[in-house]
Amino acid sequence: MDWSHSLRLIAPEETLSIAGLILLLIAAWGGDKASRLISILAVTALVGAAFLVAPALCGGHMGPDYSAFFGQVHADAFSAFGKILIYLSAAATLVVAPAFFERLGAMRAEFPILVIFAAVGSGMMVSAGDLLALYIGLEMNSLAAYVLAAFVRTDGRSAEAGLKYFVLGALASGILLFGMSLTYGFTGTTSFAGINAALSGGLSNGALFGIVFMLAGLAFKISAVPFHMWTPDVYEGAPTPVTKFFATSGKVAAIGLTMRVMLDAFGDQSDAWRQIIVFVALASIVVGALGAIGQKNIKRLMAYSSINNVGFILVGLAAANPQGASAMLFYLVIYVAMTVAGFVTVLMLRDENGENVEEIGQYAGLSRTRPGLAAALAFVMFSLAGIPPMFGFWGKFLVFKAAVDANMMPLAAIGFAASVIGAFYYLKVVKVIYFDEPVDAIKWKSDVWHKAILGVTCLFISPLGYLLSGWLQGLTDTAATALFHTL
Amino acid sequence: MIGVEHYVVVSSILFVLGVLGIFINRKNIIVILMSIELILLAVNINLVAFSAFLHDLTGQIFAMFVLTVAAGEAAVGLAILVIYFRGRGTIAVDDVNRMKG
Repeated sequence: MDWSHSLRLIAPEETLSIAGLILLLIAAWGGDKASRLISILAVTALVGAAFLVAPALCGGHMGPDYSAFFGQVHADAFSAFGKILIYLSAAATLVVAPAFFERLGAMRAEFPILVIFAAVGSGMMVSAGDLLALYIGLEMNSLAAYVLAAFVRTDGRSAEAGLKYFVLGALASGILLFGMSLTYGFTGTTSFAGINAALSGGLSNGALFGIVFMLAGLAFKISAVPFHMWTPDVYEGAPTPVTKFFATSGKVAAIGLTMRVMLDAFGDQSDAWRQIIVFVALASIVVGALGAIGQKNIKRLMAYSSINNVGFILVGLAAANPQGASAMLFYLVIYVAMTVAGFVTVLMLRDENGENVEEIGQYAGLSRTRPGLAAALAFVMFSLAGIPPMFGFWGKFLVFKAAVDANMMPLAAIGFAASVIGAFYYLKVVKVIYFDEPVDAIKWKSDVWHKAILGVTCLFISPLGYLLSGWLQGLTDTAATALFHTL
Repeated sequence: MIGVEHYVVVSSILFVLGVLGIFINRKNIIVILMSIELILLAVNINLVAFSAFLHDLTGQIFAMFVLTVAAGEAAVGLAILVIYFRGRGTIAVDDVNRMKG
């Protein structure tokens, strides 16, 4: 263990941190006029960092050789998998953000920089090997995220979203920290490997309390029921590109972190926490589906859909084995693609003044006026509902298969039945855009970047995505194996 | 003799007070910020007490990090609160209800 080795392992974080600081200087010099240049440079830095972590995933790095700073950070295939998703979706956010903010006159040079710092924090969350690294990564991500949610200062809804996100996020951090302090007290160490070793003799009551508090804090961060109540408000109020960032990068980071904590630190205690995860998963699937039914705002609908999807992802966690972890990662990739496609479509749906249209009723008859956009939205909805030819089906299939193989038939059966409720509101959106009388509210012509991102993600979630499934399965298996071999 | 369990009881009481302060409070958001600080202080008491009890420095270092981050968190929270107040002219909890559903 020497410093130069550790510093080499965290090269992507260093690249992004230095890029963020340099861009901050450019922002101080050039002011808001430089925001376009800063956005371009930030996207370059994020994509560059994604290339820097790619070898760790393709090479299947795992084990003690790839843990830096005395086990604080693991630069293995699992964290590489999470980081590539995080960095690329952050880059996609930056590509679509200027068009949104410029119309509001709210494009500021700080926006790309905050996104970079949030992405660094997210990357630290998925690679944490110690409670201390976990906490620093989480707060680095959260502090940037609170500011991003309140970014449109003139919009009351944005400020309210920022405030709600801040209060509930800080509460979640507090609960998580309390759990961490108990875990530290009853195991005598903060490293995941040490906690796992200390608990091998049996689980004391204090440590059990620690697990429960930590799970509650993590459930807040992944917006799982019963700690989901902030999600719809924050998703609706935050500026749409920021919502997209929360729903993709933030979600990947929080779920990656949950997997690290549950399968690494408490991996041998899975009997103690499995029931909690089963309850949270089923409750998220049902509440997400029922809550979405009455929604009129597309961003609120996507928020409930994200709660619903988190439930499906947690079904894989309940299995608590490499197969389940691999299924979760596979689902996560498809979920990120669906969410990016969904929010880019929402960003493209504007009226003649360039005002974003979020009311689902205003999309009536979209298929006749804008067939391309209507088809994209229908693709996303069918895929989110998990209707077979779409790629979204395959993710659901894998997590349920993992649950069945782990002898959890009832969980899989109830989850499967509840996914039918979810199909109802997804199909309602499709019905509105294809069969209702046109209201012709959507007039906006989007630029080529929106179309490019939408095209790529829609191709991925279409049945053509199955062509990639073999390759993707190999990558998720490698990442899941690395997660189970960090100790 | 004061043992570690006394510290844990005190910190648990502070933690519960902090959480209740957030949920029962119907007055204003500054009180919520104070409750959040209370929760973080409860955590710090826990960490330092365990650290002394275990003869292990990690807990005290952790407490330093928590203090630092809490300062940053309070700064960001107050900044958001100022923006909110400029737009709405109130910081009463009951008025934070533009979005519901």
